[in-house]
Amino acid sequence: MSETMTGAEMIIRALQDQGVEHIFGYPGGAVLPIYDAIFQQDKVKHILVRHEQGAVHAAEGYARSTGKVGCVLVTSGPGATNAVTGLTDALLDSIPVIVFTGQVPTYLIGSDAFQECDTVGITRHCTKHNYLVKRIEDLPRVLHEAFYVAANGRPGPVVIDVPKDVQFAKGKYSRPTNAEHKTYHPKVDGDLAQIERAVDLMMKAKRPIFYTGGGVINAGPAASAALRELVRMTGFPITSTLMGLGAYPASDPQWLGMLGMHGTYEANMAMHDCDVMINIGARFDDRITGRIDAFSPKSKKIHVDIDPSSINKIVKVDLPIIGDAGRVLSEMVRLWKEKKPKADAEASKAWWGQISAWRARNSLAYKCSETEIKPQYAIERLYALTKGKNAYFTTEVGQHQMWAAQFLHFEEPNRWMTSGGLGTMGYGLPAAVGVQQAHPDALVVCVAGEASVLMNMQEMSTAAQYKLPIKVFILNNEYMGMVRQWQELLHGGRYSNSYSEALPDFVKLAEAYHAKGIRCSDPKELDAKIQEMIDYDGPVIFDCLVTKEENCFPMIPSGKAHNEMILPDFSGDTGEIIDAKGKQLV
Amino acid sequence: MLSPYSDPTFRQTNERRTLAIVVDNEPGVLARIAGMFSGRGYNIESLTVSETEHEKHVSRITVVTRGTAQIIDQIKAQLNRLVPVHRVVDLTLSGANIERELALVKVRQDGPDRSEHRMEALRLATAFGAKPIDATLNSFIFEIAGAADDVDRFIALMANIGLVEVARTGAAAISRGADGL
Repeated sequence: MSETMTGAEMIIRALQDQGVEHIFGYPGGAVLPIYDAIFQQDKVKHILVRHEQGAVHAAEGYARSTGKVGCVLVTSGPGATNAVTGLTDALLDSIPVIVFTGQVPTYLIGSDAFQECDTVGITRHCTKHNYLVKRIEDLPRVLHEAFYVAANGRPGPVVIDVPKDVQFAKGKYSRPTNAEHKTYHPKVDGDLAQIERAVDLMMKAKRPIFYTGGGVINAGPAASAALRELVRMTGFPITSTLMGLGAYPASDPQWLGMLGMHGTYEANMAMHDCDVMINIGARFDDRITGRIDAFSPKSKKIHVDIDPSSINKIVKVDLPIIGDAGRVLSEMVRLWKEKKPKADAEASKAWWGQISAWRARNSLAYKCSETEIKPQYAIERLYALTKGKNAYFTTEVGQHQMWAAQFLHFEEPNRWMTSGGLGTMGYGLPAAVGVQQAHPDALVVCVAGEASVLMNMQEMSTAAQYKLPIKVFILNNEYMGMVRQWQELLHGGRYSNSYSEALPDFVKLAEAYHAKGIRCSDPKELDAKIQEMIDYDGPVIFDCLVTKEENCFPMIPSGKAHNEMILPDFSGDTGEIIDAKGKQLV
Repeated sequence: MLSPYSDPTFRQTNERRTLAIVVDNEPGVLARIAGMFSGRGYNIESLTVSETEHEKHVSRITVVTRGTAQIIDQIKAQLNRLVPVHRVVDLTLSGANIERELALVKVRQDGPDRSEHRMEALRLATAFGAKPIDATLNSFIFEIAGAADDVDRFIALMANIGLVEVARTGAAAISRGADGL
């Protein structure tokens, strides 16, 4: 059964058939036919952003918080190039997003026409796959294929570039089918023999640890459930990357907190000293491993990943398992139950005893103040007052992001949206717009820094237009805090261009955007004001004035190993910690 | 190792590998493959591409690359995850294979040794199985097809007797025996 319609109508019909309810976008000359098709229907709601980068981040937030594919529509030329940062962000964090870009008509391609750019050329390196659809006959297949590619295997962004004449051309639309993709068949079921070997290794482990990542979140809620079951059954400690927070409940005693550059002492030390490491859906990123040749030197490493190129890319592993995290975890649960291993109580006691000793080091400690708001304290209070309130958090990038990761505690997956791989300042506010659109009744908070938030501040206007009551909680220390911290550590405290000069008045700025502005500089007023923010029915910008030169600790300095962390009670000269070689690293 | 976070703990030797990559012949597929190599800092010693099955829209790309065993594995994994790639076969690893490339070699003879050099060029061409496909009173163009080493040696010899220009195709490769990919 096929219907004849225009290319523009096909795009909207395909969105409907794929169950898409919202698309974030910005119109322009080369997508007018698609906007006309949007106008003539009401199943797919269009959210008008204020900048195309914001559209992609909003779609990422939407995708990350729902598990669905996020959709974006932008015009040719600048519309497409503005989307590039968002695409790269989605690629590095494996977020399923489809970006439709308009293109000049096929007969003008290559002529440097107005608002023409080589979109597929530019986005080839920052998408999982991209398409230029030159013939209307190809459009229905490409539309459905794009959803398959974006969501299956390791998820990622897909661009579909549609010339304007193809949008006007009439052709036969066909509905999505279950036909197999011609070439792309990701392996989702892990090799059983390998899984069995992994379980055997886990059974014999004396000092095991689970190291989980964003792959568990991407594998869906069932994967998190299987992870919880497996971790509880085994009694092993568990840590997670920034991207994996929420897959395992932070309130559980087996949870060691986040690992990596700003992870907890106990998580990093346990990674360093473990004898069996079970990596599920994480990729040995350099923020995690620190110095590679000193990374967990004594352990056997199991690595579960859906992307074969993640295996042995950075760290050589002993037991690779290629497959979907959820399916592999369920198999592990089944095998563990079948084998009913006898717990090695003595080894377990010794290992947990060691972990308790590391925990007692209290690596997230900070000095409280009566007179000024410590950024860590602000996040702690924010967490305390939003707990149990159906809250979702997004972040910008920098110190505030790390403090949020350390002091917000997640019980569920899909509640935490942050730019991990690319580290995109300007991610959080538009992402919050996307999350709030997907969860209209939830409390959506963007934890921001005063510098990051200005990068996509214009999206407050989107929040106002669609009455999205997002709460932008700015830890304002008047510095690009992480840059300042690195300049302190690496460049003799010469704070070159990292001071946030001439900041706007965020309260007035909020009001200019039809939002509520709240400012707080007194720790004694903080709770009441956070409560005021939560209670306000509408978007809020909260300008939280915090200690200016606070460092984010604990920290694995660049070029050092997990067991060489700087802890909060470090009392020496911070400029002496990192040697010349470490200074070259990022 | 690959990361700037470490010093190499051991040296792996670089190996030369020939990969056959079967891809959908869609626009931009070559840019995707070549871009993967350049974007991730891998070597391409040679690359050839042409459609091999017109009806199925399938092309075959032969890449000769060099890297440590770990890097070669990474290259194969990265190629495999490109959406239009059907399969990647490591011909070097999968047993005996034959590699051939074609070169067009232009030589020019001027000056007092001209006729001696012309005779020598023809003699060498015969010895290497190269065909003269164009001749003028003071030049030849030879066509030579063979293993890369033979082509290298032929070109090196021609350098002594008036080499002007070389055009090489890069290697095409196929495994020995009756079985296909």
